[in-house]
Amino acid sequence: MRSSLRGSVAVAGVGLACCGEAPGWSETEIMAAAAKNALADAGLTTRDVDGVVVASTNIFMSGLAFAEQLGMRPRFTDSTMVGGSSFVGHLIPAALALQAGLADAVLVAYGSNQRTGVGRGETAKYKAALDPQPFEHPYKPFNPPSSYALAAARHMHQYATTREQLAEVAVAARKWAQLNPEAFAREPLVVQDVLAARMVSDPLTVRDCCLVTDGGGAYVLVRAERAKDLPKPPVYLLGAASAHWHRQISSMPDLTVTAASESGARAFEMAGLRPADVDVLELYDAFTINTILFLEDLGFCAKGEGGPFVSGGRIAPGGTLPVNTNGGGLSCVHPGMYGIFLVVEAVRQLRGEAGARQVAGPEVALAHGNGGVLSSQITALFGTGAAL
Amino acid sequence: MATTSAAAPPLGPEKTYRDKLAAGRFEIQRCAACAKHVFYPRVLCPHCGADRLEWVRPSGRGTVYSSTVVRRRPADGGDYSVVLIDLEEGVRMMSRVAGIAPQAVAIGLRVQARIAGEGEAALVEFVPA
Repeated sequence: MRSSLRGSVAVAGVGLACCGEAPGWSETEIMAAAAKNALADAGLTTRDVDGVVVASTNIFMSGLAFAEQLGMRPRFTDSTMVGGSSFVGHLIPAALALQAGLADAVLVAYGSNQRTGVGRGETAKYKAALDPQPFEHPYKPFNPPSSYALAAARHMHQYATTREQLAEVAVAARKWAQLNPEAFAREPLVVQDVLAARMVSDPLTVRDCCLVTDGGGAYVLVRAERAKDLPKPPVYLLGAASAHWHRQISSMPDLTVTAASESGARAFEMAGLRPADVDVLELYDAFTINTILFLEDLGFCAKGEGGPFVSGGRIAPGGTLPVNTNGGGLSCVHPGMYGIFLVVEAVRQLRGEAGARQVAGPEVALAHGNGGVLSSQITALFGTGAAL
Repeated sequence: MATTSAAAPPLGPEKTYRDKLAAGRFEIQRCAACAKHVFYPRVLCPHCGADRLEWVRPSGRGTVYSSTVVRRRPADGGDYSVVLIDLEEGVRMMSRVAGIAPQAVAIGLRVQARIAGEGEAALVEFVPA
């Protein structure tokens, strides 16, 4: 059955704030600053918003904190927290609320001062006390890198994927970042630099791992008919689906196959599209292995062929498949959770607002969120009016 | 262990496992309904949903499914092994391989379980078989 969600809602505004380093900014303030920019982009104000959807790794009852900060009294609130994928996932409850008439404009936002605020070592200590993982913590995996390292090692063993191929992912992301004035890491990077960087958890070096930055992002979702009356060209939600099979890496059934194989298939089915229809991809690249796994699991290449697929500049600027056009979590921005930035970049590309990194005339964009340790997988497909 | 009354059974599966380990016994669960083994210890069988999980002693034989070396400065104790082990019974667990250099731990290595540490600190580690 074709879902009635297809094309029923559209992104009317997107915004970023405080990306890079934002000392002196609290997490709620960063969320609000990003919301301000997204609302201005949509031609709306906080008075027009009656739905909020936010998530945070640190803020308890983040939906309440966010609405209070902006002086809003939302009639719809959701704070589903499934890791970094949450903000792609938030499309689903937001769209349902709009379709059911529970809200007329939903604001989705994220903000973090992970780089300059409370140190990660400190928060990790508190989290381990509040949420012990007794079947992993005693062995001291350096997470998240160690969990992704275990997946990368298995992929290399099973499919002869090489460290050079992993490095190609980081190099492609950096080349996109060099075209993006908002990206955090823009100095030149070649494969040899990635290989020679400090090893964190074999086979991943620090250049196989995402950035640690501050930053926030937000988007405004409205019903499709209302989007037509707002200033920016609507970017329609064509498909969205979520899947998860585990939380801890030790419970992942096959470390070379993620639940993206399920979320992607369902999102494509809802959208009535195939991978060949996608013009630009934003994939959650917390680590270089992610991009390879998601290209395979979303159907852009066969299982095991992700390594050769990303080589030779195929996903870099000038390649045949534009992936992570803002520079990704590896080179643009990664404040703890990256999902919101996938949606923002997909929308900017479809509107033709991406400047030097703009892909030529895209009509369909895919945003794929990852949460936990390859755990939560959420795929969204967006289109311009032409793709509707 | 699971009961139809609202009263809690004496201990949850995690604490039961840890108590056994502290007493020198490495045991995992097996579902009496679907016959599959289960790790980590659960309330309901994650395969079939039945509440007939029983404790059994695994052979302790396993294979390294994946391996990483966590890099750490020598002053902080040096590099160490973190692995995922597939036990003969068909379950997977996180652990470490002791007795060889962490860099020498290869996927496919045959290993044998043993208990390291005592009391609350007791945990299962593996050595080459």
